[in-house]
Amino acid sequence: MRRYIFSFICLFFLSFSAVAQDHQGHGHDEQQDAATTHDEGGCGHVEEGEFDPGATAFHHISDQNVYNIGPFTLPLPCILYSPGEGWSVFSSGKFHPNEHGHGNGHVAVDGYVLVDGLVHRVLDKSFPAGEVEINNHGFHSSIKTDKGEKEVPAICYNGRLYPVESRSYADGGVFGGGISSFYDFSITKNVATMMVVFALMAWLFFSVAKRYKERKGLAPKGVQSFIETIFIFIQDEVAKPFLGHHWEKFLPFLMSLFFFILGLNLFGQIPFFGGSNATGNIAVTMVLALITFIVVNINGNKNYWEHIFWMPGVPAWVKTILTPVEFLGLFIKPITLTLRLFANITAGHMVMVIFVGLIFMFGKGEMAPSLGTSIGSALLAVFMMAIELLVAFIQAFVFTILTASYIGAATEEAHH
Amino acid sequence: MFGSITAIGMGLAVVGAGIGIGNVGGKAMEAIARQPEAVGDIRANMILMAALVEGAALIAIVFSYLSN
Repeated sequence: MRRYIFSFICLFFLSFSAVAQDHQGHGHDEQQDAATTHDEGGCGHVEEGEFDPGATAFHHISDQNVYNIGPFTLPLPCILYSPGEGWSVFSSGKFHPNEHGHGNGHVAVDGYVLVDGLVHRVLDKSFPAGEVEINNHGFHSSIKTDKGEKEVPAICYNGRLYPVESRSYADGGVFGGGISSFYDFSITKNVATMMVVFALMAWLFFSVAKRYKERKGLAPKGVQSFIETIFIFIQDEVAKPFLGHHWEKFLPFLMSLFFFILGLNLFGQIPFFGGSNATGNIAVTMVLALITFIVVNINGNKNYWEHIFWMPGVPAWVKTILTPVEFLGLFIKPITLTLRLFANITAGHMVMVIFVGLIFMFGKGEMAPSLGTSIGSALLAVFMMAIELLVAFIQAFVFTILTASYIGAATEEAHH
Repeated sequence: MFGSITAIGMGLAVVGAGIGIGNVGGKAMEAIARQPEAVGDIRANMILMAALVEGAALIAIVFSYLSN
């Protein structure tokens, strides 16, 4: 027993030092560049700021076209389509993202460049097609927009700065963000993570199902007993109380949701493994909520629609108020599902990066205070990781239980 | 250090959610103390209610972020 505890503690500290290392690379880069200016390829002086914990956190939680595992950068396929030029399919290794670290590729491919791990496009028509060497070291140039001057990332080619187009905003331009001139169908870090989690889940559940066939009537063994506990918990605490006698019909859907979200949450928390943030990406959670929305409304019976559009047993003037509220509620439910999972997981990842970032914020001064901060933030980060492990389970559970309650409300029989 | 008024809005939303979730958790603890055999049902409903309270706060946070 003692041996197990010891190895567990060792594993814990090892994994933590891995996280620290992951961020050390970044902090080191930033520190070297801090407060120094240097001439880069004839494009003028680059001034790089101090270590910015907010920007670092956003960089680490965002989706990327490369997969960083510690010091290694794995290339991922880029599948890009722009209406004028057609399809470009290549590996993101073509950008040569390794040399500058942190996903700033120093080769442009057909006008596409890699800035902060994400594919961007250079809109300038004079920029050459094909593979060209560029200098991509945190340049910025100001462009004119309808709201005044704006600082955007830029790249340097042939002694000239080319501004880089910003990515599409998640709101699709509704709230003033823009939409990029190309479509990115790439297998990004999040997509790769989802594929890996899907494969892991398939392997796990097929092997457990095989076990059940082989050991019919016997007690569960190994991973089988781990899965069975969670499975029975969701079945008895979520599916049966909320869905009534329909529970068997919706059980596969609920289980898929639960285990997929749980798998993604836990996979994102493996230290030293890219820290992929798939459930902390609003597009992923939005699609999950959209599936719930479709399942709920397809299975909604007459009673459900009646309670939304013309509630029985209520005076007519109250109905005029209730109907719009209920109709809005139809859409607010999936929106809150989207935001809850997204915000919880993103906040967790961000807090981790910021706690580790504290080390680099205070690490420049004297020995004693920086050592104190390092130990303090290391302990805080370990504590947060434990909390996040709990959050991973709770958020997967909450998403499932809310889905079950929405389906239950939509399929309930009339009783008045 | 300068923030914006949206930051205050976010903070207020979080205060509201904190009070709400605190109430949910506290009452659930009381209920469990009164009827320990119903702990399973109470726990599931507690998490559900906390999630619903949290949803309102999250909408406030996202709107304050978008209007920034």
